[in-house]
Amino acid sequence: MFAAENGLRGDPRLQAISEAIRVVPHFPKPGIMFQDITTLLLDPKAFKDTVDIFVDRYRDMGISVVAGVEARGFMFGPSIALAIGAKFVPLRKPRKLPGEVISEAYVLEYGTDCLEMHVGAVQPGERSLIIDDLVATGGTLSAAIRLLERVGAEVVECACVVGLPEAKGQRRLNGTPLYILVEPREIENCY
Amino acid sequence: MASEDCQDARIARIAAAIRAIPNFPKPGILFQDITTLLLDTRAFRDTIDLFVERYKDKDISVVAGIEARGFIFGPPVALAIGAKFVPLRKPNKLPGEVISEEYSLEYGKDKMEMHVGAVQAGERALVIDDLIATGGTLCAAISLLERVAVHVVECACVIELPELKGRERLGDKPLFVLVDAA
Repeated sequence: MFAAENGLRGDPRLQAISEAIRVVPHFPKPGIMFQDITTLLLDPKAFKDTVDIFVDRYRDMGISVVAGVEARGFMFGPSIALAIGAKFVPLRKPRKLPGEVISEAYVLEYGTDCLEMHVGAVQPGERSLIIDDLVATGGTLSAAIRLLERVGAEVVECACVVGLPEAKGQRRLNGTPLYILVEPREIENCY
Repeated sequence: MASEDCQDARIARIAAAIRAIPNFPKPGILFQDITTLLLDTRAFRDTIDLFVERYKDKDISVVAGIEARGFIFGPPVALAIGAKFVPLRKPNKLPGEVISEEYSLEYGKDKMEMHVGAVQAGERALVIDDLIATGGTLCAAISLLERVAVHVVECACVIELPELKGRERLGDKPLFVLVDAA
């Protein structure tokens, strides 16, 4: 669900966050309008507001784990984890994590990929939040949810800064609530 | 002194939270794994606090983090000191126009990229990564920033591997490290 429908309608912070995100046409391939959050990270106030909105939502939910999806989930997750007193757990592409891992495969447009988590990072019964910059089809987030549920953790919610149209109307991903700050801006002039 | 004792206790906790994994990514390498530090909420908090205490009054407007573990430490530091965060990435990840810096690996080369326009000439920057080994990656990061006339004030890492002489490779560029992994 979008933040604006869930208590933050008219919040000026959301407009500034939306406007701070740059749209890059035809990346990584023709026809894709890439939502570039690096420009959000260049705006200290908008970046802080992004983190604060998530922290305000999650601080009293008894969450002990924030899992961030490589690599852009790493840019948002740790700050949230620190503010709510939770652990940060990176969910990584194959062969990056050095210790014993569990792996979860997921489907891409062409082919498959894999997400890994360290064994022992999360205990059964822990309440977790999964964070990534953007949700499109939800394939990556669904793999992340499966990883955490396989070790007996409860995924309280998935949180993303941007939700693409494919994600719109999805309040849940396989039963897990989805919380999104903004949708892509309509832009007239591409550069 | 009280402040030194406090500092020593925090550093000790941080060092104890880092896990050494033998023979990763290949035989003979003892890998310094910071993911266990991220599971210790107090030690992770202390890591960020130690960097923030050092940099908050140094007029730094840019924190540049090296993919991917620099993305874990850099943004919390940037937010706390009111600086921008700039990701320095592997090739073909950044969507906009980039500048690239090639650097040598033990076998072969790699490339690091930064978005054009992310930083302005004259800005003061901190470069952050989880670890310094040979210093090759940090030198590439410094080059990228200096090419666009940014002043790199210091490089900051959680861990240093002193035998690999990264500090020497950085030359006169200051390096601040929390933990030595001998």
